[in-house]
Amino acid sequence: MKTVRIGSGAGFSGDRIEPAVELAEKGDIAYLVFECLAERTIALAQKARLLDPTSGYDPLLEERMRAVLPICTQKHIRIISNMGAANPQGAAESTRAIAQQLGLRGLRIAAVTGDDVLQLVRTSQSPIETPEGSLPPAGTWLSANAYLGVAPILDALQLEADVILTGRVADPALFLPPLIHELHWPLDNWNLLGQGTAVGHLLECAGQLTGGYFADPGFKDVPNLDRLGFPIAEVSADGSAILTKVAGSGGLLNRATCTEQLLYEIQDPAAYYTPDVIADFSQVAFEELGPDRVRISGASGRPRPSTLKTSIGYRDGYIGEGQISYAGPNALARAELARDILAKRLARHPLSELRFDFIGLNSIHGPQLSHDASVPYEIRLRAAGRADSLATASWIPREVEALYTNGPAGGGGASGSTREVIAIISALIPRDAVSPQVHIMES
Amino acid sequence: MLLNQLAHARTGDKGNIVTISLIAFRSEDFSLIEEKITAERVAAHFSSLIEGPVQRYSLPQLGALNFILHRPISNSVTRSLALDAHGKCLASALLALEI
Repeated sequence: MKTVRIGSGAGFSGDRIEPAVELAEKGDIAYLVFECLAERTIALAQKARLLDPTSGYDPLLEERMRAVLPICTQKHIRIISNMGAANPQGAAESTRAIAQQLGLRGLRIAAVTGDDVLQLVRTSQSPIETPEGSLPPAGTWLSANAYLGVAPILDALQLEADVILTGRVADPALFLPPLIHELHWPLDNWNLLGQGTAVGHLLECAGQLTGGYFADPGFKDVPNLDRLGFPIAEVSADGSAILTKVAGSGGLLNRATCTEQLLYEIQDPAAYYTPDVIADFSQVAFEELGPDRVRISGASGRPRPSTLKTSIGYRDGYIGEGQISYAGPNALARAELARDILAKRLARHPLSELRFDFIGLNSIHGPQLSHDASVPYEIRLRAAGRADSLATASWIPREVEALYTNGPAGGGGASGSTREVIAIISALIPRDAVSPQVHIMES
Repeated sequence: MLLNQLAHARTGDKGNIVTISLIAFRSEDFSLIEEKITAERVAAHFSSLIEGPVQRYSLPQLGALNFILHRPISNSVTRSLALDAHGKCLASALLALEI
């Protein structure tokens, strides 16, 4: 039976590049997929593009392409990625320029557009449906991107693209097109699409399947995590698949790593919504075939939904933050005094929200869950607050820094920052309102 | 004993929703975990951080439970003032439950 081998070269925008090169060199793969676009990343990219129209794609695109294009060209490995972010055509142009510099002629590079639906959402006559409450005022909207499905990537594969760069696409829909294209899966065979979606979901966070985000010394040990290898799926025409990684790479791929990743960010396991299928992972089973070799079975699917999820990025004020440390005898009492002083000083400014944490004591799980914690040798006080203006938010780091000469004894290592908040709210729009396009260029 | 002796866990996030998987190390411990770690108990454990009820899905063939928690909208990933804005560390708090 024919199989397709797909490698996962990145699980987030800042991911490590070495494992992707290792996959291309030693993974015997036909496709290398890079998933680099978290929920908010595209809104931040859109903000960058407003300042510089040639930017707005993944900041590591050039570095990644320089690292993998020569070997992928030599081995005929096709690349699919959402590194186009807010500017897929800019990303494709940049990739073409790199290919030319590397002497790689005749490389076909596709840009997928059409996910940017900001104008459509702005001018919509009917109210936009949102599962998370009401939409913020339209004047604050910065971006709106619909989660596209497999269709434009399939078109690009049929147009013999070697590199396909998209903006917002549902993460599993980056992995599904090679399976549909190579294994001739009908677009309405929901069980096959459900099985392919399970594989895509397992691969999309790259190292999180192969022992990354897993190690817990003494409980869950992972060998050679410093050389963590990224995963490969070997998918058969009947939808069955084997998950593995490059022999000799670091990390671990077993039933436990696969189960953690299968349920990662999943709500109802029987209804995982994507643009192409509603996948059902509730009956999935894993079988260990050998070291770092696991078979997945049991996924299925139901007809795709009539709406597409859309992420609206909007300006949501500013966050100011400051931190300062106290150590040695009575450190906690001095940190608490610093907090009380800050609370009084900051009360003069119109902050809509303000919180204090003691890092090392209860900053992560809060006082209730951390009530048994013993008092550590050193404490880092953290203040964070929300304001409508940058000037107001900046009072937080200013007042934290002023604790040096205007606060309790022995404060040290003060730091602070202020940033604009780009928040995300999800909405649903009709599928037929979106029309993706594919643009092909050649190096 | 603490739950981390019997099971491992991973947190995921979507907006103000936090998902926590809880997976038995040994399949024979799953029924005990399923009996003791109820949605109500998890909701009570995290009550200072979340709103409303917790949903629980059971996947016996994987020895796994999947919990769905709702944080206040003001504490969704992209708006949160928390140091761990995603809530990624919450799975570790689940493993601190007594069993």
